[in-house]
Amino acid sequence: MDKKRILFLVAALALIALPLFAQQFGSGWVRILALALLYVLLALGLNIVVGYAGLLDLGYVAFYAVGAYMYALLASPHLIENFEWIAKALLPSGMHTPVWGVIPLAAGLAAIAGVLLGTPVLKLRGDYLAIVTLGFGEIIRVFMNNLEQPINITNGPRGLDRIDGMNLFGFDFGKTKHIGDFAIPSVTLYYWLFLALVVFSVVICFRLERSRIGRAWMAIREDEIAAKAMGINTRNMKLLAFGMGATFGGVSGSMFAAFQGFVSPESFALNESVMIVAMIVLGGLGHIPGVILGAVMLSALPEVLRYVAGPLQEMTGGRLDSSILRQLLIALAMITIMLVRPRGLWPSPEHGKAAPAPTNTR
Amino acid sequence: METFFQQIINGLVLGSMYALVALGYTMVYGIINLINFAHGEVLMVGALTSWTVVTLFADSGMPGWLMMLISLIAAIIVCSALNFTIEKLAYRPLRSAPRLAPLITAMGMSLLLQTIAMIIWKPNPKPYPLLLPTTPIDLGGPVISVTQCLILGLTAVILAGLMYLVNRTKLGRAMRATAENPRVAALMGVRPDMVISATFIIGAALAAVAGVMWAANYGTVQHSMGFLPGLKAFTAAVLGGIGNLAGAVVGGILLGLVEAIGAGYLGELTGGVLGSQYADIFAFLALILVLTLRPSGLLGERVADRA
Repeated sequence: MDKKRILFLVAALALIALPLFAQQFGSGWVRILALALLYVLLALGLNIVVGYAGLLDLGYVAFYAVGAYMYALLASPHLIENFEWIAKALLPSGMHTPVWGVIPLAAGLAAIAGVLLGTPVLKLRGDYLAIVTLGFGEIIRVFMNNLEQPINITNGPRGLDRIDGMNLFGFDFGKTKHIGDFAIPSVTLYYWLFLALVVFSVVICFRLERSRIGRAWMAIREDEIAAKAMGINTRNMKLLAFGMGATFGGVSGSMFAAFQGFVSPESFALNESVMIVAMIVLGGLGHIPGVILGAVMLSALPEVLRYVAGPLQEMTGGRLDSSILRQLLIALAMITIMLVRPRGLWPSPEHGKAAPAPTNTR
Repeated sequence: METFFQQIINGLVLGSMYALVALGYTMVYGIINLINFAHGEVLMVGALTSWTVVTLFADSGMPGWLMMLISLIAAIIVCSALNFTIEKLAYRPLRSAPRLAPLITAMGMSLLLQTIAMIIWKPNPKPYPLLLPTTPIDLGGPVISVTQCLILGLTAVILAGLMYLVNRTKLGRAMRATAENPRVAALMGVRPDMVISATFIIGAALAAVAGVMWAANYGTVQHSMGFLPGLKAFTAAVLGGIGNLAGAVVGGILLGLVEAIGAGYLGELTGGVLGSQYADIFAFLALILVLTLRPSGLLGERVADRA
């Protein structure tokens, strides 16, 4: 065992044990960690589109929303209450589609949405693409907000609640587990689930990056015409990038719905898309460790500071409340990090300079 | 038919405000290829500054139009100074950075301005007083308010002035040259930094005017009010072909008309199934449609792919 492997093992154990430590200070802290992992998942997905293929997508949250609403509709009493004929005919025990059915459906639907969005807009140049994807995100949000009449599908701005928790092989993530005297709350279970998903996604992204597909994406990012000349089917590759990214969004969305037990259009505003783009750019575009760093930093740090901000709020007479302070911090972080490190905090090594030298490791 | 003309008027008013903001986007984009995400927030600052000035003079017994004029001038000064500073601090150091870096600082700047406005002016919506006569002018059916008249007139004057500035003056020529190629322009004796600053100042002044108009027309001001006009104006700029001044005006007015007519008729056409809340969708659907047919916007020139 060399040094690197030991370090890796220690880090892995630390990540697994982290919530057990954090829950001593209240489950709010574990929640922050779990949400941060969810953002890592989203950032990894968007990184495929923006980082690898170089397509600026400002409406990424739409796919997240599609996944979340898909899960919410198929695993909450909402549809049953509004369409009684379904309930009577098909589902006497209520709408509880198993996770194995919902997640592939959510992923698939998000992927289809991604390809649908991608098809008409692939001809567009960078900044035109940005505004169209942004518009797409807004369209999805307006539909979520208003599809409560004439037929109530999304329940409008009130959102959908009473969503089932995750349930894998009869293991219910929604309930506190007891091992002897030691209680493991539901948030910690979710944390581990998300951690497993993140590890799985990192492996996928890592393999993609080095595959034929990943290299094709990067070729398109660097110079589309040259990529075409090399025989890359740029249209299909771009669509694939959109679809892949959207799939990640859809899966994270359904995780979010299961975790929260409640979804509403508010969670899927444009700000959220902007935040995810900021995460990957601040971290280091197209570089997996950087993207993870950016996502954790922008999602967890402001929340942590929010807990600390109580005294400051008292000092300023309530004018600087915690949510304002959080926004202020995020905004300042976005500006200063870019000014100090325009390529991100942990950018990928530059071309040619740091090609992996042949090393003898045994 | 009366509804139709009424919606045309509303659309033109909305469209001219979009056009003013869109011009700011498009001028900045034309010169430094940056989507200035903070532009909508400049409009917000303009509106809130104007509100502050107007409330300050509320009891002075000044006529409404004079108060509005003073507040407009104040808003223009504040916004110009603000945009000048933003460019200098947040965008200039990143001019040769990777493409997404200035975009992120712009987004951060937008968030920062909103937050600061929330701290300074408190988050609640504030009523903007009625400064102009409120009796609408009857055009034989459709009506138009004095404020709306003013918006249309002022926009026309400003557009004419801007066209003169860009096409006839030395500064305008320098701007066009910098947009074409900053390095060659610099060789010809143009100072690109100064031109870029001037562009941001002009854009901010236009946004300030639009902000005051927006406040006067809708009657409320708030820290988050810049978001929607900013987004729509940006859409308008892209619709017309970003980087193209005439395109921004055409795109803005078209977008205003599409929205007003869409909102006015949607309920009727679909038998009340889809209400006017879907008006926002129209703007974006129109955008997607136009860009599918003309990938560089209505008046945008086709950019040859680089070889």
